Amino acid sequence: MSSTEALREHEAQERKANRARAKAGRSVIFKIIRCDGPGKPSRWESFKVPVEPGSNVISCLKWIAANPVTIDGKQTTPPVWDSGCLEEVCGACTMVINGKVRQSCSCLIDEYAPLEGDTITLEPMSKFPVVRDLWVDRARLFNALKRVKAWVPIDSTYAQGAGPKESPEHQQTRYRLSECMSCGCCLEACPQYNIEEDESKWDESFIGAHAISQARLFNEHETGKRLKGERLEELSDKGGVGDCGNAQNCVKVCPKHIPLTESIGAMGRATTIHAIASFFTGKK
Amino acid sequence: MSDNRVIVVGGGLAGLAASVRIAESGVPVDLFSMVPVKRSHSVCAQGGINACNEIARQQGYSEYEHFDETIYGGDFLADQHPVLEMANWAPKIIDLLDRMGVPFNRTHEGFRDLRLFGGSLFKRTHFAGATTGQQLLYALDEQTRRYETEGKVTKYEFWEFLWPITHEGRCVGIVAQDMRTMQIRAFRASAVVMATGGCGLVFGKSTNSVICTGGAASRCYQAGAAYGNPEMVQVHPTAIPGADKLRLMSESARGEGGRVWVPRKKGDTRNPVDIPEEERWYFLEERYPAYGNIVPRDIATREIFDVCVNEGMGVDGQNQVYLDLTHRDPDYLTVKLGGILDIYEKFVGVDPRFTPMKIFPAVHYSMGGLWTDYTPGDYNPDAPKPGHKSGSPIPVDAQKGHGLTIGATNNMMTSIPGLYAFGEVNFAYHGANRLGANALLSCIFDGLCNGVSVVNYIKDVKEEAPQGVFDEAVRSEQAKHDKLVASTSGGTGDKAYNPYQIAKELGDEMTAASTVVKTGPRLEQAIAKIGELMQRFGKVELGDAASWTNQSLSFTRATGDMLKIADAILRAGLLREESRGAHFRKDFPERDDSRFFKTSVARYNPETGKSDIEFVPVKAPLVEPRARTYGKSDTKKETKETAAAAS
Repeated sequence: MSSTEALREHEAQERKANRARAKAGRSVIFKIIRCDGPGKPSRWESFKVPVEPGSNVISCLKWIAANPVTIDGKQTTPPVWDSGCLEEVCGACTMVINGKVRQSCSCLIDEYAPLEGDTITLEPMSKFPVVRDLWVDRARLFNALKRVKAWVPIDSTYAQGAGPKESPEHQQTRYRLSECMSCGCCLEACPQYNIEEDESKWDESFIGAHAISQARLFNEHETGKRLKGERLEELSDKGGVGDCGNAQNCVKVCPKHIPLTESIGAMGRATTIHAIASFFTGKK
Repeated sequence: MSDNRVIVVGGGLAGLAASVRIAESGVPVDLFSMVPVKRSHSVCAQGGINACNEIARQQGYSEYEHFDETIYGGDFLADQHPVLEMANWAPKIIDLLDRMGVPFNRTHEGFRDLRLFGGSLFKRTHFAGATTGQQLLYALDEQTRRYETEGKVTKYEFWEFLWPITHEGRCVGIVAQDMRTMQIRAFRASAVVMATGGCGLVFGKSTNSVICTGGAASRCYQAGAAYGNPEMVQVHPTAIPGADKLRLMSESARGEGGRVWVPRKKGDTRNPVDIPEEERWYFLEERYPAYGNIVPRDIATREIFDVCVNEGMGVDGQNQVYLDLTHRDPDYLTVKLGGILDIYEKFVGVDPRFTPMKIFPAVHYSMGGLWTDYTPGDYNPDAPKPGHKSGSPIPVDAQKGHGLTIGATNNMMTSIPGLYAFGEVNFAYHGANRLGANALLSCIFDGLCNGVSVVNYIKDVKEEAPQGVFDEAVRSEQAKHDKLVASTSGGTGDKAYNPYQIAKELGDEMTAASTVVKTGPRLEQAIAKIGELMQRFGKVELGDAASWTNQSLSFTRATGDMLKIADAILRAGLLREESRGAHFRKDFPERDDSRFFKTSVARYNPETGKSDIEFVPVKAPLVEPRARTYGKSDTKKETKETAAAAS
């Protein structure tokens, strides 16, 4: 068992134990960072929220939005947060919960705050500019997908027969990588990835584990390979795979268990080989 | 027409397929979405996408059979030409997605694997794990990003559609609002494609994402676009009950062998794995020997509802039944269904590989939507074909004929010229009930096939609408916006005018009155309740006056629009005095083709604020209606008769 698996197993046991001792009919304190907009100061606000079995962070935020009164009885505005599918496949509702980045929809209160008066803290991700309260702007994350040309360059959408055949093992490898929902957990946990509000610097700042893994995904596809050289050039450049400090935090927080460090290793080797090949073929 | 642009509203499968197709033809696209398009609700689709394939073909399946299943599954309410065309395109669409790199599951030899799905006796569902929708959406998102880098698609993410702008009867653009800065502005376009999905949130908790309010569709409807079959809303049989939403448990769980059962003994508290086989009631297998657990959704839903609500046989005395996969190999389940089994484990805390899941029906999909037109193709037999039997030879050359005239400018155009509706927001294709794994197909088909129609339409658009039209549209939306913001001060503080309270009462009422079982009196009661909510909404008090990223405002505005759609859903449901597909009237339990072989078309009446409903005959030239039984054996009746004979 790898250390990441051991950690995950430990956390799962802890959550299970909490669920088993969760008290019915209790209230939980939510401490939330509030911020009215870019450049505005932020403040903490606390709310006392009644919990039902099956409650999660989203259902509690909805309760607060409908009853926006703090624990001190002060009327406030409904908190703002980003969310979508609520089943952990869209990636929208990512935030920092009790100090750890994750999706808020799959965060069950029973597993994190089992007893009366237990506290849950909610903070926006720190690596992206805050829009308001818990909502951050992750445009830079999607820009990284452009940098590595994360697509298969098909000729056109006209009918031209099937795609390449593929072994089930290879499909499974690609599928695991393709489950990345661009949530940004790996970036929040990464010591090399820092907030960058200046859009003109995005193409030179660290691209992040998710995009390196996407480069691997598309290099693994028969047609996707046509852009392999361009992807490796980008990853060899400033802000590429060389900026990774090997902290291995990314793989520990990935909610989809994508083998991110494996991807980083694979792309690191590929860029080296690419550089040597380019040298001997005189392309660079 | 070098300056002609197209606006696409919504970036799910339909919107992205349309964007790619239109951009590819050289027409610039402005793509609007309330979320980054990669987070659209299409990600939630799990099971797969249907298409005739070479193996099924050799077993007697065909595009025609796929068409026929879809019509039969939809209880003959869909206009038939577009459905035939969709089935014809399906294999080509799978090939294209395959070329885009979708990681479809593979056989040992490397071909695309197939699974069984509801409403068919043939394996014709292609899949990528249990997150097929996510994988298809990502493939189209990637192609869209490619066009974005080439400057052919411009994205407006976190922009909310507010109103279609019309001039001299044609749609010439939209008003939209930046959800961060709250700026309201007009955008010009030669044509607008609505690809804004369904309206599950009208029912409060559903399997839908938080953005699926139907608000955009409602605004088009209030602007004069007709709305087709609003009463046809699919309740999915298997969802995981939850505090904030009802999470889907894919039909593929049944397709991969999942068995639905309850203990034969009422209130049996034993651990389900300890209940012996003979003490389990596999009611779907018993009542439908041919299809068993893979009967279509409306039937499975009603049977589960019947067992729990009418017979009181639900697990633990609650409204839930077991969906059991524990007899399958856990490793096989991980490969085929990993994604959805993880969701169950994550949200319930129990591993469904070893313990049967507890599930109950939930609102899932809107078959109804904006009414759309089309031009039929060259396949028009003189008389409809008689009842087609599954696996029997297909009518000669049927699959070769065109259902639609490809590229006709009115294909999937709403009643407002220049305004198109693609995907779930389009009422075409699914009739009174959608078959599993046909939604992804219809969304992508709309984008790819009917995107061409949009391109052809704008070639003929010449005149420019004057700037005043756009200024006026912005003024009108700004006024509505300002009125809502003003409601934050000087209010009563009465909870009756709280938008979240109004939305909750709307959801509760709609779920109680207009889902699995409907009756005339209950629908009338609900119409009155919606009327009351509309009155209260007129005095709604917003909780946030912020001029920056005001989510409450967006939600409140959508609540008002949901009330309008709810009214149409209820009124059409009340007038349709029959049972057909997802629409089951306890007071009219049979399908009535003599009166209701018709599409209900709802039009918004600005005078009354209510819906006027008209019934229009279904265009059904290809296959004649037949009884939709799925081979049900009437065990209850037999038991009663046997009991009567014995006594």
